[in-house]
Amino acid sequence: MEDDAPVIYGLEFQARALTAQTAETDAIRFLVGTQSLKFDNQIHIIDFDDENNIINKNVLLHQAGEIWHIGASPADKAVLTTCYNKTSDSRVVSCAAVWRMPSDWETGSHESPDDTAHNPQILELLCHLDDSAHGNAACVLWEPMGDGKRVISLADNHALLWDLQESSTQATVSSTATLEGKGQLKFTSGKWSPHHNCSQLATANDTAIRGWDLRTMSQIYCIENAHGQLVHDCKVKFWDVRNVQEPVKTLEEHSHWLVNCKGGRGGGVHLLHLDLQNNHF
Amino acid sequence: MDGEADGTVGMSEDCGPGRRRRVHGMLKLYYGLNEEGKAAEEPESLDPCDINGPHFDPELYLNKLRRECSLAELMDQETCMVKQIRSLDSDMQTLVYENYNKFISATDTIRKMKNDFKKMEDEMDCLSANMAAITEFSASISGTLQDQHTQITKLSGVHTLLRKLQFLFELPARLNKCLELQAYAQAVSSHRRARCVLQQYSHLPSFKGIQDDCHAIMDKLAQELRQKFRDGGSSAKDLSECVELLLQLDEPAEELCDKFLSHARSRLESDLQGLEAEIRPYPSASAVKDASARRLSSTTGAGSLTNNSPKTNTLPSPTSNTDILEFIDRGCNEFVSSLCLVITSYQELFINHAQTGELASKNIPQMANAKLHVFVDDLAARYFSLVERRIQEEKGVGDNSLLVRALDRFHRRLQAVAKLLPGSTVPNKGTEIVIRAATERVKQYLSALQSFYMDSLTDVRQALATPRLSVAGASVAGGGSLLGGPASGRDAPTSLPELLSSLSASILNQIKSVLASVHLFTAKDITFSNKPYFKGEFCSQGVRESLVVSFIKFVCQSSRQFCESAGDKGGSTPPALLLLLSRLCLDYETSTISYILTLTDEQFLVQHHSPVTPVTTLCAEAREAAQKLLNHYVKVQGLIISQMLRKSVETRDWVNTIEPRNVRAVMKRVVEDTTSIDVQVGLLYEEGVRKAHSSDSSKRTFSVYSSSRQQARYAASYTPSAPMDTNLLSNIHKLFSERIDIFSSVEFNKVSVMTGIIKISLKTFLECVRLRTFGRYGLQQIQVDCHYLQMYLWRFVSDENLVHFLLDEIVGSSAHRCLDPAPMEQSVIEVICERG
Repeated sequence: MEDDAPVIYGLEFQARALTAQTAETDAIRFLVGTQSLKFDNQIHIIDFDDENNIINKNVLLHQAGEIWHIGASPADKAVLTTCYNKTSDSRVVSCAAVWRMPSDWETGSHESPDDTAHNPQILELLCHLDDSAHGNAACVLWEPMGDGKRVISLADNHALLWDLQESSTQATVSSTATLEGKGQLKFTSGKWSPHHNCSQLATANDTAIRGWDLRTMSQIYCIENAHGQLVHDCKVKFWDVRNVQEPVKTLEEHSHWLVNCKGGRGGGVHLLHLDLQNNHF
Repeated sequence: MDGEADGTVGMSEDCGPGRRRRVHGMLKLYYGLNEEGKAAEEPESLDPCDINGPHFDPELYLNKLRRECSLAELMDQETCMVKQIRSLDSDMQTLVYENYNKFISATDTIRKMKNDFKKMEDEMDCLSANMAAITEFSASISGTLQDQHTQITKLSGVHTLLRKLQFLFELPARLNKCLELQAYAQAVSSHRRARCVLQQYSHLPSFKGIQDDCHAIMDKLAQELRQKFRDGGSSAKDLSECVELLLQLDEPAEELCDKFLSHARSRLESDLQGLEAEIRPYPSASAVKDASARRLSSTTGAGSLTNNSPKTNTLPSPTSNTDILEFIDRGCNEFVSSLCLVITSYQELFINHAQTGELASKNIPQMANAKLHVFVDDLAARYFSLVERRIQEEKGVGDNSLLVRALDRFHRRLQAVAKLLPGSTVPNKGTEIVIRAATERVKQYLSALQSFYMDSLTDVRQALATPRLSVAGASVAGGGSLLGGPASGRDAPTSLPELLSSLSASILNQIKSVLASVHLFTAKDITFSNKPYFKGEFCSQGVRESLVVSFIKFVCQSSRQFCESAGDKGGSTPPALLLLLSRLCLDYETSTISYILTLTDEQFLVQHHSPVTPVTTLCAEAREAAQKLLNHYVKVQGLIISQMLRKSVETRDWVNTIEPRNVRAVMKRVVEDTTSIDVQVGLLYEEGVRKAHSSDSSKRTFSVYSSSRQQARYAASYTPSAPMDTNLLSNIHKLFSERIDIFSSVEFNKVSVMTGIIKISLKTFLECVRLRTFGRYGLQQIQVDCHYLQMYLWRFVSDENLVHFLLDEIVGSSAHRCLDPAPMEQSVIEVICERG
């Protein structure tokens, strides 16, 4: 991989939502969600063929709104979540939903790739992860290596743990945690830790990183001024949750499970960077 | 007349000198003188006209006279010559007469001598006859006296023998008396005199008796001496006398050496205990220890290096009552001088003394010497450990001269030991202690300098903090007017260059005074300064590397730390301090470092035997630190402005906003803050170069940034049919515009710094805009704000196009994120902005 030239794939619209599809074990596959205020937004399914160093793509329509965050189910490769902006009546609302890809997207694309571009298939809505009491959703996190039944959504200053039932067509809030503090605190990003039996959650708000115990839904650690950067300075800090005083390592231009939540702000160009890095991981 | 005169003269001349010359020649032959020798001596006499010369020719002479002289002259010549002839004649007559007289008297004398010798012969005959008679008489007399003489000799022999015997018989009594009177020396010498005789005649019962008696007494005496020796109460002189006597009594020398040394040891140990008592309080009681530890920590917390001597004077020995000089003095006067005394008397007794007597054969000097070395080494080691403990208590760095003087005295006094005991390791160990103390001192000075530096920074921080508050207040109060910003900002930073120069000067002074203190170690009148260590390693490795270079490195290092911990501590560092430190490091790079090192090298005449850190390395380090600090300053200031911009974008509902009527207050604040930062930076850094711009850049550039290119982009994003084109267009546009590196290094000038700060601020603005969704008026507000920024920010940066480009991007991005992108008329924007 390192020896090959980087593979570049162009999107029609700007995008800042990207995820690797972990449930797909046969192929290296990424999902990208686009942002457009004017047109129907899309989800691009990108398969990377590392033997031939080429890319295969498919496009699905996401008509609900522009996508700010995307997450793929670790159990079912056809299921994904998005956080999207819905504009109606000069109001912009952030929502989150669980979607299922149409079952024949794969076969269709291979037969006539030109077709998909002109007449893309549409995602099937499974359920909304919206709770009117809990504001705008910033991101949705799947339980890592789980059975695709549990997700967490971060909405304003709340973290909501959802149980998905009935083949993900029903979602109920099982517990919540709320960030208390001065001013308008708002979660911007988060990551579900794969360690400790998946009982920990890391979230980012402003410049602080916080850790949460999901069993009690209480805060367990806090790293103030963890990054403190408003414009990214190409630094990635590695933190050890056992010692939150000092970063373990500070790297430039890399991404990691705990902090890659901060990446992807730069739009299309930066997105492709992340794409490459995820391939490395 | 002429002719007559001539004739007479010629005749006399002819015979007189001619005959005389012939006699002369014969005499010359007789004395072995040859013609050549004379000719060589008087070459001019060859002249035939020289009247006194041997080659005189009367004819020639006459002819010459006649030719050359007038008549009158000839007449004069003649009279003169006649006169001369006459005087010569009379001289000759006198001589002949005198010689004749002398010959007559000589003949008379010889005749008289003949008569006298005859008479003397007769008298000599008579004398020899008399002498024969005397010899005969003398022989007869000595023959008669022979018998009596032998008798007298015998009698006198008997007398001396009797005297000796009497001495022997009286000896026991005498010895007893001596014992009573404690005149040990007399007793021993008496006994020595008798000892051999008694030994020789011990087969005779009477002598045996005497010998036994003597032995008994001498044993008792020896016992007493030993007792006295053991008691040890007596003075050194008594003691040595005691030892001397015992040696004469055939006591085993080894045992005596041991006893002597152990006795000396007990006295020296009491000296050592006295010394130890002075430093004892520290380790003995734990309570004291705690107290002192607390005191130490409290003093270090307060900042240990200070110029005020009263504070430091109390510091060095919180546990002992005497200062180091007194302590060393006491050690020297008590321990070292007693040790020297012991060595001297010991050597006198066992080594020098023994070398002359019969003891030398038994290898006693070698044995004694070995014992002495062990003894001295052992005690000196204990002394040294005490001295080292005491030196370690010297922690205050206020006055170094006391320590140096103490060490000098310590070292100097050990030289006495070196003289007394050549080959002893003691002086070397002493030198090692001095070296250790010196290195330790250098370390202390380094840490003192470091804490001084940190304290100075704290002071600067405080000085910066106090006026900064007033600035903040002033700028908030005068928030309306643009000019209010720089005017109020000038208040605080005017002191910035002063702070820098006073900080720089005080550090330099401190370094100088430390160098002066350390320099005492190498002063000429200090005994150890000519040791190789103090001439070489101390100067190069100690002072230059461990002190000066380490300190400079520390300054750079600590400066860098302000940048590295951006999260927690770095945030609390006031930006002005970063700026000031950056300038300080830059000054170090350009001049201060080389000045300090030159100063050091000159003062210490450092000869670099071992590799030392070159000036260039340090300068590079300082420059790197300066660069990091300035970069960090840019970052911090940029983030402060970014924060304002970010909050202003994030906290507003851009979809539902009213039509813009004013520039938002936050933009005015941004411009004000930027202006005061500009003033602050200008106080310490030069202007720097900027690209040339026209006389009215704000107008000109504004029209550029909202020109056709902008319109084209708007158009592209409206057109529903060509979404790909938008992307392509902006990408192509980006390709052709210069890439902007937001966190790139800045140069050491004001324009570059300001460019960096503005880049960060505008980039933040851009990124925040991209996260929002705008309504029509939201976009228009952004347009107004950007125009306002454009009007004021271009003047700060090196390349105004940079500002245009970023603002262009911001407006472009907000248009892209706009639900209803209908831009405001350019003229309206201008009116709003000019209204302020």
